[in-house]
Amino acid sequence: MFENGPVSTKSRASDGIAHPSDHEPDERGHFGRYGGRFVPEALIAALDELTTVYDKARGDREFLDELDRLHRDYTGRPSPLTDAPRLGEHAGGARILLKREDLNHTGSHKINNVLGQALLTKRMGKKRVIAETGAGQHGVATATACALLGLECVVYMGEVDTERQALNVARMRLLGAKVVPVKSGSRTLKDAINEALRDWVTNVDETHYLLGTAAGPHPFPTMVRDLHRIIGLEAREQVLERVGRLPDVVAACVGGGSNAIGIFHAFIDDPGVRLVGFEPGGDGVSTGRHGATLTAGSPGALHGALSYLLQDDDGQTIESHSISAGLDYPASGPSTRCSRTWGAPSTARSPMPRRWTRSRCSRAPRGSSRPSSRPTPSRVRCAWARSSGPTR
Amino acid sequence: MSGVQQIFEGARAEGRGALVGYLPAGYPTVDGSVELLSAMVEGGCDLLEVGIPYSDPVMDGPTIQAAADTALRAGFRLRDVLSVVERVSAAGGRAVVMTYYNPVLRYGVDAFARDLAAAGGLGVITPDLIPDEADEWLAASDAHGLDRIFLVAPSSTEERIATTAAATRGFLYATSTMGVTGARDAVATAAPGLVARCRAHTALPIGVGLGVRSADQAAEVAGFADGVIVGSAFVTAAETGGAGGVRALAAELAGGVRRAPAPA
Ligand SMILES: Cc1ncc(COP(=O)(O)O)c(C=O)c1O
Repeated sequence: MFENGPVSTKSRASDGIAHPSDHEPDERGHFGRYGGRFVPEALIAALDELTTVYDKARGDREFLDELDRLHRDYTGRPSPLTDAPRLGEHAGGARILLKREDLNHTGSHKINNVLGQALLTKRMGKKRVIAETGAGQHGVATATACALLGLECVVYMGEVDTERQALNVARMRLLGAKVVPVKSGSRTLKDAINEALRDWVTNVDETHYLLGTAAGPHPFPTMVRDLHRIIGLEAREQVLERVGRLPDVVAACVGGGSNAIGIFHAFIDDPGVRLVGFEPGGDGVSTGRHGATLTAGSPGALHGALSYLLQDDDGQTIESHSISAGLDYPASGPSTRCSRTWGAPSTARSPMPRRWTRSRCSRAPRGSSRPSSRPTPSRVRCAWARSSGPTR
Repeated sequence: MSGVQQIFEGARAEGRGALVGYLPAGYPTVDGSVELLSAMVEGGCDLLEVGIPYSDPVMDGPTIQAAADTALRAGFRLRDVLSVVERVSAAGGRAVVMTYYNPVLRYGVDAFARDLAAAGGLGVITPDLIPDEADEWLAASDAHGLDRIFLVAPSSTEERIATTAAATRGFLYATSTMGVTGARDAVATAAPGLVARCRAHTALPIGVGLGVRSADQAAEVAGFADGVIVGSAFVTAAETGGAGGVRALAAELAGGVRRAPAPA
């Protein structure tokens, strides 16, 4: 039927951080108007230290080799590309290839970012790691890396998420992490991040906040993106090898945006490749109960970065809604700045939009005080998908 | 000299520290907060810090989080803060607003500055906005004659203390400890050192906040800083004793800031 792909790729896990891309923010982490640092002054010293240590590590062969070794021998990279012929048939004949980040150790793409930041934690001489988690995937990856490297680990998780993702709570505890159920606000990912930030402000001297997505204050959005660039670098190589050409479309789900920007990044400069980010449609965008921040949000500052938010007229965050714990987040990373396209769900039960109607691209908002040298092109199209699970 | 700085200088002329009291607007209701804030002035607060309840207050501990929640659930809207400031100012109080940045961004930075100035507000304290990101706010506060109070922390470098102080007008807010708001038994040992470091970079008055709740602590802080900022303790006093409770706490703290000789 389909040939097997090669077992190894030329891309190395560290390539995304070792080689700056053509889509860098300015030196203070602004992607156009977005990004930056909207955090208490108390955290600035820690963010500066992280920026410095990260910049140094990017050029340090020893660090890069250690990251590559861990991703090869521990994570199991490269992750395979799997043909999904029956799904393709179901979707009307497309050839669908899955980039299997689920086959990484700990079960998701999260480990790409986590191992990099855990090594940086060691370099900074910090002994304690805190993290937020939604689905629990980032928490499990962080707990695992901390167990591997001998770091204390505390994971904040919204109480709602601890219930719907109880298995991952058990895994984290088994790995020696302390899981703190967060009872404030919507008791989901957003509130877990609030609580992690409060912990960080209090314990920043000995603690690294291992943020799990391409959001937050600079340098997180760029650093997390670059640690995930390996997804796209491998995928591009694998698809060219397997199919002999680039794909028509690259699609990814968008929570905070880390897996999406990780795979999209390698295709940004390929004009023939459409990049489609899927946001949680919840009960439908028109109902207001959804997590489609790029589709239905507006510019605002939350959790340290200026980005797109679900917010009311007063700038109060509107609670997001998704059956997917990890996507249930009212903002998205500044580097996933998007233009919008409506995708009509092909069936009420399918998360895949079949039809694409191009709508006008969103302009960069006015009042941009600091144009970045080379902003990320707004060529990611966003769609939302209606919840397709049995619960609604 | 700015309106807020005058308040600090006035206290200094009397040989004492200034007392700054915080309460969220709309807590427990809009009218209720006006009554509480007025009682705080009667009790002896020199300056009011009127908080804007926000859905994601990452610099606040449980006490103020809960108060903000109460206010939001009671239907607080952003424009209510303007009427609260207007009413307490008309009654003789002097007020700055304390707010996370996103509500201001959403309202429109210039429009917010304009409307706050029109309501009689003297300035804004911005716990999650650093001068590096504040171009729009610097311009708006200049245009409408508002003071802008930025924060420094024990972790701030000399360079950042200098640049933050240079962008600040009114007073410089020194957070006494690494952490979020909430009353503490002991005011952190980091505070005197931080204030001393600030003095090397600025002639602005320096207010110290985070953790103060008693007259003794107020006296201790007034011994090395120009102003004592109290938040969570007022919220707790409002919860348990209403207007009488906050009036009594303000009077107690006002006694504290008069006990120690103000710093030279
Ligand atoms: C498997 C998986 N994919 C995607 C996400 C969404 O996050 P992001 O948008 O950062 O990739 C999560 C979040 O928990 C996740 O666990």
